[in-house]
Amino acid sequence: MNNQPNLTIERSSVELTKEDFVSDQMVKWCPGCGAHAILSSVANVFPKIGYRKENFMFVSGIGCSSRFPYYVNTYGIHGIHGRAAAIASGVKISNPHLSVWVATGDGDSMAIGGNHFIHIIRRNIDVNIMLFNNQIYGLTKGQYSPTTPMGSVTKTSPQGTIEHPFNPGELVLGAQGTFFARVIDAVPRLMTEVMFEAAKHDGTSVVEILQNCVIFADKTHDSVTNKEHRDDRTIVLRNGEPMIFGKDKNKGIRLNGTRLEVVTLGENGVTEEDLLVHDAYQQDPGIHLMLAKMSYPHFPVALGVIRSAMYPTYDDMVEEQIAYAKAKQKIKTVDDLLNSGETWEIK
Amino acid sequence: MVKTKSNVIQKDAVVVKFVGDSGDGMQLSGTLFSDTAALEGLDLATFPDYPAEIRAPHNTIAGVSGFQVHVGAKKIETTGDLCDVLVAMNPASLKANLKWAKPGATIIVDENAFDEAALKKSGYTENPLENDSLSGYNLVKAPVTLLTREAVKHLSLDNKSADRSKNMFALGMMYHLFGWGFDHTYEFFGKKFKNKPDVIAANKAVLEAGFNYAETIEALSSVFQVSKAKMEPGRYRNITGNVATAWGFLAASERSGRPLFLGSYPITPATEILIELAKYKSLGAKVFQAEDEIAGICSAIGASYTGSLALTSTSGPGLSLKSEAIGLAVMTELPLVIVNVQRGGPSTGLPTKSEQSDLYQALFGRNGECPVVVIAASSSANCFYYAYMASKIAMEHMTPVILLTDGYLGNGSQLFRIPKVAELPEIKPPIAKPNDPDFKPYRRNPETLARQWALPGTEGLRHRVGGLEKEDIYGNVSTDPLNHQKMVDLREAKVQKIAEFIPEQEITGAKEGDVLVVSWGGTFGPVSEAVEALQKGGKSISHAHFNYIMPLPRNTASVLNGFKKVIVCELNSGQFVNYLKMTHPGHNYRKYNKVQGLPFTVTELVNVFNATLEEK
Repeated sequence: MNNQPNLTIERSSVELTKEDFVSDQMVKWCPGCGAHAILSSVANVFPKIGYRKENFMFVSGIGCSSRFPYYVNTYGIHGIHGRAAAIASGVKISNPHLSVWVATGDGDSMAIGGNHFIHIIRRNIDVNIMLFNNQIYGLTKGQYSPTTPMGSVTKTSPQGTIEHPFNPGELVLGAQGTFFARVIDAVPRLMTEVMFEAAKHDGTSVVEILQNCVIFADKTHDSVTNKEHRDDRTIVLRNGEPMIFGKDKNKGIRLNGTRLEVVTLGENGVTEEDLLVHDAYQQDPGIHLMLAKMSYPHFPVALGVIRSAMYPTYDDMVEEQIAYAKAKQKIKTVDDLLNSGETWEIK
Repeated sequence: MVKTKSNVIQKDAVVVKFVGDSGDGMQLSGTLFSDTAALEGLDLATFPDYPAEIRAPHNTIAGVSGFQVHVGAKKIETTGDLCDVLVAMNPASLKANLKWAKPGATIIVDENAFDEAALKKSGYTENPLENDSLSGYNLVKAPVTLLTREAVKHLSLDNKSADRSKNMFALGMMYHLFGWGFDHTYEFFGKKFKNKPDVIAANKAVLEAGFNYAETIEALSSVFQVSKAKMEPGRYRNITGNVATAWGFLAASERSGRPLFLGSYPITPATEILIELAKYKSLGAKVFQAEDEIAGICSAIGASYTGSLALTSTSGPGLSLKSEAIGLAVMTELPLVIVNVQRGGPSTGLPTKSEQSDLYQALFGRNGECPVVVIAASSSANCFYYAYMASKIAMEHMTPVILLTDGYLGNGSQLFRIPKVAELPEIKPPIAKPNDPDFKPYRRNPETLARQWALPGTEGLRHRVGGLEKEDIYGNVSTDPLNHQKMVDLREAKVQKIAEFIPEQEITGAKEGDVLVVSWGGTFGPVSEAVEALQKGGKSISHAHFNYIMPLPRNTASVLNGFKKVIVCELNSGQFVNYLKMTHPGHNYRKYNKVQGLPFTVTELVNVFNATLEEK
């Protein structure tokens, strides 16, 4: 378990506040958009993470979510559609002393940018990806996305979509992800807590944010996230704690054979002892995958840090290889290189 | 029965071509031959010619692999039109290459390889060694396979293993023909087959057997003597264009103090740049083999923003995939070098053959008004210099630069006079200072119009860049119509201003006359040789070879003005000539083009230029 933020990133010598990260640009998201809450969470959590403000960097692609870099006062690149993960990879490899954050949406990361998304995860480059999942294309005004539920009527699916949606958690773990968490835009406290954990994690972290698009997919997550029934239809996972949920804290998740099941405490002799205890740091992704896949109505949707496993990061290994080569290889300068191998003098 | 060869033919230059099946080891024979030539003090140029398939069907035309070497006592600028010596290891390679042999050329064949099956597969209806179809050549029918097996008999190898050394038999014959020693080749065996004494012994035995055989036979009664080339004093090495490109970048990184980052995806014929740079972590080079071409350039853009000398290497189809991201680099005004080792197109085209048909794509292949600097190398060796200059311009002027080379330059090799890094031009990137109160992301240096490079991590310079149009000076997102016009104009002016920083265009020959031959990029060798031949014949003809394409050198108009006719030669359908017509109208332009995946030959150019001179 790693409780330290990344040690290669310089810490701020002064106490920073939310104001240090507020940009002077007008925020142009729709009133009521879930992105406002995400922005606010970032501004709240960055001072707590404690790095110098100049060492934070945001990278984005295209879409509503991807305007994010303009609204937070850090270094930033607003890139091109789908390529944030690729740009961020170059940023982090080039300068590992930066805390690199990607703001992306479901279309940006899993449709046009699907390739870069799976490969940054596979390589475990130390970049924090905030995945704004509103299950719709917002900036182009309402076409279905790779996470839109099957059958949804949108502008480009007048008879309902006939595509199987991605579950981002399943995709991340399938790509050998080392960190996956899920939060709700309307629950800022959990969001801040999880972002802090993501920042601490060495390697690619993906935080899926169930975000509401008030204009084109209003209440898309409502059957799960509505305050009225949220406690019964979600479970907040915390490392080392038994998996209990429900308004009355009387339901739990148990492993039955090779499958998960929902049980009620006190019924059929079920006690807390029978429940799964969350182990986010477990390397084996088996249970994490089952947890990430849980969906309403059969299961509560898992929130919080589902997986946070320790693996070497790509960027660390690059630095190690460079240090090793510098110590071992004979070629120390370009002049050495130019004169290496077969050369001869002509007089 | 050793005979003394009294017949020594003095030669200024000789072209040798080794051809065989793709498993026959012709690339190795060619490389060892050229390295030895270089050590003997000759100038040279080489070109490997291999099929797109790794192992095409045995003994077929599709599977022919070749390696051409041009060695000489004079400055060698081309790999030679036609060869003086053709070494053909099987019928298919003879059939495919006979057209590249000079009349009267020496043709050495492995007669054991001309069996019925092989003849049939290569499409011969009769054995060319047994009719008079080769009567115009000095045909040497050598039992290469048999003598190779014989030579390694004492080593108890099976025939298959023994046959792997056949290429050394041919090489040994060549060494006799040129009167060269084995030292370098033995040294190579020692390194290459370090822990395989049997293999070393076999190769040595076969090499010597080939040498002795050549000494014995009547058909090779005369040997060549090529005297040492007169070259500028200095330390030399043999280098391919792709390696030279990679090293030019390393030099630019060291000289500028900016760490090197290459984001790239393997593609023929550019992959060697990626492979080469991956070797030099000791020089701090970070090489990222991306998941695709787009990730290659996008990772480079990220690395550029954070202060690396950022590079991406590719060939034509890859450049197509990178187009949108080049636009991002133009908009964010970040330094970036995109190398395009051109190949035959469109689409997958002719991956292993060379062309100059990506010029339009380099100049114009993006959405919006999107000016990019375009530079072209013109020899395998000067790929080093132009890679260096591309990096210098990109960083000092804060702009993407496309460096065009081609498969011919990239895979071909030449002798390279080794420079000292400290003697290369200085590179001073405009890096913003911490807490500079005047810093604004898009404030420009009036001399270059370049903005500053403000690196993440620096105090007091936090700012955002991106693909949306930016407000002049301040860099905030702006859709203001007049601001957009201004920014479009500024980006264009910034690139055009680079003309003030690059050398003037040179002319070889008189500054005024009847015909100016214009060429660019990889065709320098044959075009310059052809012009030189006509100049020696007293013709009023001059040559301007362009390396800086966008912007063009500032004296381009006056260069063109001095001539009655301007003939532009290029390996495409006329892209540079149209670009010149657009930028410098009013000249009497002619064009000569070839799109066959082959370089120009000096002979064809001499004919074309003569015709142009005679035309009214």
